[in-house]
Amino acid sequence: MSFIPKEKLAEDAKKILAEYEGRENELKTRDRMKIPPQMMPAQDPDVRRNNLEEVATGYTEEQARLEALRCLQCNKKTCVSDCPVFIEIPGFIKMVAEGNFEGAIKQIKTTSLLPAICGRVCPQETQCQQNCTVGKALKDVDKGVAIGRLERFIADWERASGKVQIPDVKPETGKKVAVVGSGPAGLVVAADVRREGHQVTIFEAFHKLGGVMRYGIPEFRLPNEIIDQEINTLAKMGVEFKTNFVVGRTRKLMDLIEKDGYDAIFVGTGAGLPYFMGIEGENLVGVFSANEYLTRANLMRAFEKGKADTPIFESKRVAVLGGGNVAMDAARMAVRLGAEKVYIVYRRTEKEMPARVEEVHHAKEEGIDFRLLQNAKRIIGTEDGRVKAMECLKYELGEPDASGRRRPVEIKGSEFILDVDTVIVAIGNGSNPLISQTTPDIEVNKWGNIIVDDTQKTSVNKIYAGGDIVLGAATVILAMGEGRKAAESINKQLAEELAEVPA
Amino acid sequence: MNKILYKKQLSETVFLMRVEAPLIAEERKAGQFVILQLDNEYGERIPLTIADADKTEGSITIIFQVVGKSTTDLAEKAEGDFIETIVGPLGTPTHIKNYGTVVCVGGGIGVAPLHPIAQALKAAGNKVITIIGARNKELLILEDEMKAIADEFVVCTDDGSYGRKALVTEPLKEFCEMDPKPDMAIAIGPPVMMKFCAETTRPYEVYTEVSLNTIMVDGTGMCGGCRVNVDGKAKFVCVDGPEFDGHKVDFDNMISRLNSYKKFESDAHNCRLDQQIKEKEEAAL
Ligand SMILES: Cc1cc2nc3c(=O)[nH]c(=O)nc-3n(C[C@H](O)[C@H](O)[C@H](O)COP(=O)(O)OP(=O)(O)OC[C@H]3O[C@@H](n4cnc5c(N)ncnc54)[C@H](O)[C@@H]3O)c2cc1C
Ligand code: FES
Repeated sequence: MSFIPKEKLAEDAKKILAEYEGRENELKTRDRMKIPPQMMPAQDPDVRRNNLEEVATGYTEEQARLEALRCLQCNKKTCVSDCPVFIEIPGFIKMVAEGNFEGAIKQIKTTSLLPAICGRVCPQETQCQQNCTVGKALKDVDKGVAIGRLERFIADWERASGKVQIPDVKPETGKKVAVVGSGPAGLVVAADVRREGHQVTIFEAFHKLGGVMRYGIPEFRLPNEIIDQEINTLAKMGVEFKTNFVVGRTRKLMDLIEKDGYDAIFVGTGAGLPYFMGIEGENLVGVFSANEYLTRANLMRAFEKGKADTPIFESKRVAVLGGGNVAMDAARMAVRLGAEKVYIVYRRTEKEMPARVEEVHHAKEEGIDFRLLQNAKRIIGTEDGRVKAMECLKYELGEPDASGRRRPVEIKGSEFILDVDTVIVAIGNGSNPLISQTTPDIEVNKWGNIIVDDTQKTSVNKIYAGGDIVLGAATVILAMGEGRKAAESINKQLAEELAEVPA
Repeated sequence: MNKILYKKQLSETVFLMRVEAPLIAEERKAGQFVILQLDNEYGERIPLTIADADKTEGSITIIFQVVGKSTTDLAEKAEGDFIETIVGPLGTPTHIKNYGTVVCVGGGIGVAPLHPIAQALKAAGNKVITIIGARNKELLILEDEMKAIADEFVVCTDDGSYGRKALVTEPLKEFCEMDPKPDMAIAIGPPVMMKFCAETTRPYEVYTEVSLNTIMVDGTGMCGGCRVNVDGKAKFVCVDGPEFDGHKVDFDNMISRLNSYKKFESDAHNCRLDQQIKEKEEAAL
């Protein structure tokens, strides 16, 4: 796919839409299948390599309506059952096609609280879009209806039109809930619990709110402004924020209940402890976890050289190990920080890459060199302990493993040297140990993830958990889904307690 | 926002501040540290050990040396000014119990984090032998405070301008040679000093704890920037430490990692200086 400027995409869409205007509801399946799938407009790759602005610029109104017209409104609705929070997708898409954007956003918001974010970062091709009838008919998931792009369009439209609604908050109940961690799981719990009139305080270890959405996912994929808006909405609802507060250290989890009078706690502390490969040379200067690299660039703003006090490594040649979104983000950030050559080194093939298809596509457009079926063997250092090169091995795909993915097998004697000065490791995260270390009563599994029942309740009364700390490194939408479930349980607990109190 | 209640210059480049932080004052234990940040938008996160705390006042004491841009800015703050962010207490507290005889070795600014540990060890019934040292008299800090809690006390300076003219490893070796030998040693100071203290006690098999001050970002175990090799395994100083068995730490790797940004940092400093000069020039016009 070659790059098409957004002006051209917009113009084409305008022309095509004119043909259908006024007969949106009369279109036959045949007509709908003929509408060309709308590409996501994007900044020119050569320009965006040097800025942090959002790469995907979003559909125009015409593009959105055209794309929405492609939906067949089929009876199967696999999109709904494949969505982790069961958004009524055909319903909102129909409204988009008709130009009823206000109706569409209302519809989405009955189930999803963060559409501007999910529309941008969800892996649609393995969720709602995976079994889309249109995509099936065209034998290409990418040609299915672009549900995420439509979701994003609607959420952006709402923000731009200044029509963002602050949800109603019921009269104060006098109950207090502590939310630990301000990632998507925590934000959603805060919103759902606050709506019932309970007082909510979010405790966040960092000086800024948003969790991974703030410090991990770069602005070129998810602008801060969008996270800020969600947080503003919570603030307007009366949610209180305590930043620079590490629960477990600044105050023990149980003290929040026993000393500070919170009636329930939600733990949404996310993933932590980046994994390293365990190979020679991994502690050399110039080897970073993707978390560290991205946190320096995003949260600490090291991208703005000269303004930020936090330094970031000045790299010329970078190898990023891994094939997920985190790896793509780190590689693309390295490009933006001025690296001349950036490799993605992944030991399986592109098909197995867990990253969103759009990110892989964008990364390639930005000139990142994909070294597939290859993996690091050791990192070679200079005398003064800095990265000089990386020795790699080649792989081939063997038999499928337990996950059903074909297992990569190393090819003996295939060693070769990649000339790099920086290695960024993005092969996943373990669990954040702080809460479990300082709250011995909370049960965790052997990976350190908090164990919850199907209401998100932990082994300790009044304490609930959700998101990456329960699931292991997962996704924004799954964190959000767990948050909603936990909020429901918390609201139920508090309602029962309130009912017990004699009037 | 944390208010600076008290500020005192301990030597040419070392400052002490008492800062409002009631929750941290209540929870902190010997061996723990805080991370502070002067500006939430562009500031850097600097880890500093908690030298002391006052629960009634709701304050903690920090002692720092001016080494880079952020510590220079911090040193410019006055009583009544604010530090935008202080988070903590972080790290695993020192394991305090009655070991018997403990040699506490502090070098330079490292005496600051050593003080609360020595204090706690003394309170737990240990015989506390203290050795403090610095390059010269001018750089010695907390002498009186350390002396007050020590059963035996040695001061040395590299240049002999005060106390004994020696490196701290010299008296440390002598204590190791005594019979009975000490049950444990704790060494806190510049990485090179800790490295040689560990080498000094190794032949005598005196367990030696060191407190590492690596580069950090989050301080909660999320980034791995603080990792060190301990016994061949990567450990995260901010959650697994900051204290480790000095005989197992790969100091050479730690020292080179500490210098990761040396060149870039001085750039940041220059940038800022240049800017100030430019601003002054513009103002003069
Ligand atoms: C670089 C990167 C790219 C990603 N890209 C995508 C993507 O494209 N699509 C997608 O769906 N998912 C993506 N993910 C994964 C997704 O971001 C996470 O699954 C999601 O953010 C998890 O949400 P959470 O609420 O559980 O926790 P987090 O977002 O991790 O938030 C946890 C918060 O808790 C705070 N905290 C931790 N411990 C404490 C404590 N003791 N006290 C107080 N606060 C504490 C942390 O500082 C943090 O702010 C990506 C992740 C990364 C790192
Ligand atoms: S400072 Fe980030 S893991 Fe220790």
